[in-house]
Amino acid sequence: MEYIVIIIAAVFVNNIVLAQFLGVCPFLGVSGKVSTSVGMSGAVMFVLTIATMVTWLIQHYILNVFDLQFLQTITFILVIASLVQMVEIILKKVSPAMYQALGIFLPLITTNCAVLGVAILTVQKDYSLIEGVIFAVGNSIGFGLAMILFSGLREHLDLMEVPAGMRGVPAALIVGGILALAFMGFTGLA
Amino acid sequence: MGKKPESTFINMVSRLFAVVAVAGAALGFVYMQTFDVIQAAKKKKLETAIGNVVPAFDTLITYKVMPATGKDSITFYEAYANKELVGTAIATYTEKGFSGVFKIMVGFSPDGTIINTAVLEHKETPGLGDKMDKKKAKWSIQFNDKNPKTYILKVTKDGGNVDAITAATISSRAFCDATQRAYDALEAKGGKNE
Amino acid sequence: MSSQMQNFTKGFIKENPVFVLLLGLCPTLGVTTSALNGFGMGLATMFVLVMSNIVVSLVKNFIPDKVRIPAFIVIIASFVTIVELLMQGYMQALYESLGLFIPLIVVNCLVLGRAEAFASKNKLWPSIVDGMGMGLGFTFALTILGGIREILGSDSIFDTLLHIFPVDKDGNPITMIAFVLAPGAFIVLAYLIALTRKLNK
Repeated sequence: MEYIVIIIAAVFVNNIVLAQFLGVCPFLGVSGKVSTSVGMSGAVMFVLTIATMVTWLIQHYILNVFDLQFLQTITFILVIASLVQMVEIILKKVSPAMYQALGIFLPLITTNCAVLGVAILTVQKDYSLIEGVIFAVGNSIGFGLAMILFSGLREHLDLMEVPAGMRGVPAALIVGGILALAFMGFTGLA
Repeated sequence: MGKKPESTFINMVSRLFAVVAVAGAALGFVYMQTFDVIQAAKKKKLETAIGNVVPAFDTLITYKVMPATGKDSITFYEAYANKELVGTAIATYTEKGFSGVFKIMVGFSPDGTIINTAVLEHKETPGLGDKMDKKKAKWSIQFNDKNPKTYILKVTKDGGNVDAITAATISSRAFCDATQRAYDALEAKGGKNE
Repeated sequence: MSSQMQNFTKGFIKENPVFVLLLGLCPTLGVTTSALNGFGMGLATMFVLVMSNIVVSLVKNFIPDKVRIPAFIVIIASFVTIVELLMQGYMQALYESLGLFIPLIVVNCLVLGRAEAFASKNKLWPSIVDGMGMGLGFTFALTILGGIREILGSDSIFDTLLHIFPVDKDGNPITMIAFVLAPGAFIVLAYLIALTRKLNK
């Protein structure tokens, strides 16, 4: 039950993009087409979940033990950067088909603040390892949901007549705002 | 200025290691330099919060109490002036906030009357639930000088004495819940601490 | 010198990191619930930007090309942690309201972007100027965005009440709350980008 609450809170109530503003860069950058958003969401889900697990272990078995909490930011970002590299190399060897689909998105993920953000939030919220992983999965689903909804809307937006100054990003941001407004309806749910 | 070093394995490993070592040392240095300041700032913030909800004091006795309901312990700060108890500040919390947990500090006089309240940390909706913070609105003043023995810590809608914040009944209920938790713990402890 | 000047002023409108280059949008949207928060975040980012630009331009000939990105990330992360520690000690209120977004300066594409695109190719002085210009542009953008949201959503600016909006029976202003919430961030930013486009024409 508790796990379900964590997932619902992460996907709808505190949606990582629309309520917490993490991962806005890819949200605006690669959401032009539904197919690319699906790829990006898949890659984020993969890296985010593994990164949260690894950073949780590092936080609890290295940083906390040696009283080095102030090195959190620097270790986490290094872990994420190397993890992304490793995932890229392994994926290339093990599953070329998956690499084909996700490969081009992987390098972009290092600077996706969703990954670092969720890793730090998991530690801040004092989650256990299992809760942390569930929280990570929930947030990746939330990211995917926002991405895919948004790219679906943008595909239609491209066919609309928009005033010159608002074309492109500003119009997309307004759509994002309306989407955020819709997601606000979920507050208080969990 | 020499030319850029080749990307040989030795070069890469040793130079990256050098960067990390220097960065680590620099951080350790700054951490030690700021450690005392950060601790002092934290202490000062806590003392200001306590000072806001109880009368002037010279000694503080701190201990944690497990409330009858709720998952976490709450912290008691007994304030003494000239060895006499002048009030108890209790850092309490609620899990029923609109956006989950929030923490408040409630000050009680020795007879159990609420002296004052202060919000410690919250994530309630700006413009609605956050009116429980004195910095935003006067709402929480209604708790002052009320004794929960006779003053029912529930919103009027639920048959209590508290006027809820307009459009933020959940936050108001949660605020009452946190205050009630502190009062119950204070009552349960009774006078046996003397 | 005029090119230095240009280097410095380009960050404000012409190449504003937020309104034109669309970099660092996460903190831009996340912390700008008030002008003060935006301003504080801008300054924190500027400090990291200038310092990492300085160090990157100094060590650029020491780092082999293939590992330059990890090295830059280490340098940036160090300065972020320094800012975090300093704010925690000396500006606790601001530290708490910015919260998670302080460590996230590390992944602000603006900082890594300037280190990679500018400081790693230029001498010390231009790198400092570039960091200052971009940092001020970022601060400017965040303060404007925060200011607009604060006025519309809280009836105040830099925490000072303005009394533009009507008040309810308890004397609290009736404002457009949506603007300090998530949707307002997107919508105000959209209009500011459109406005900058108009000005740049």
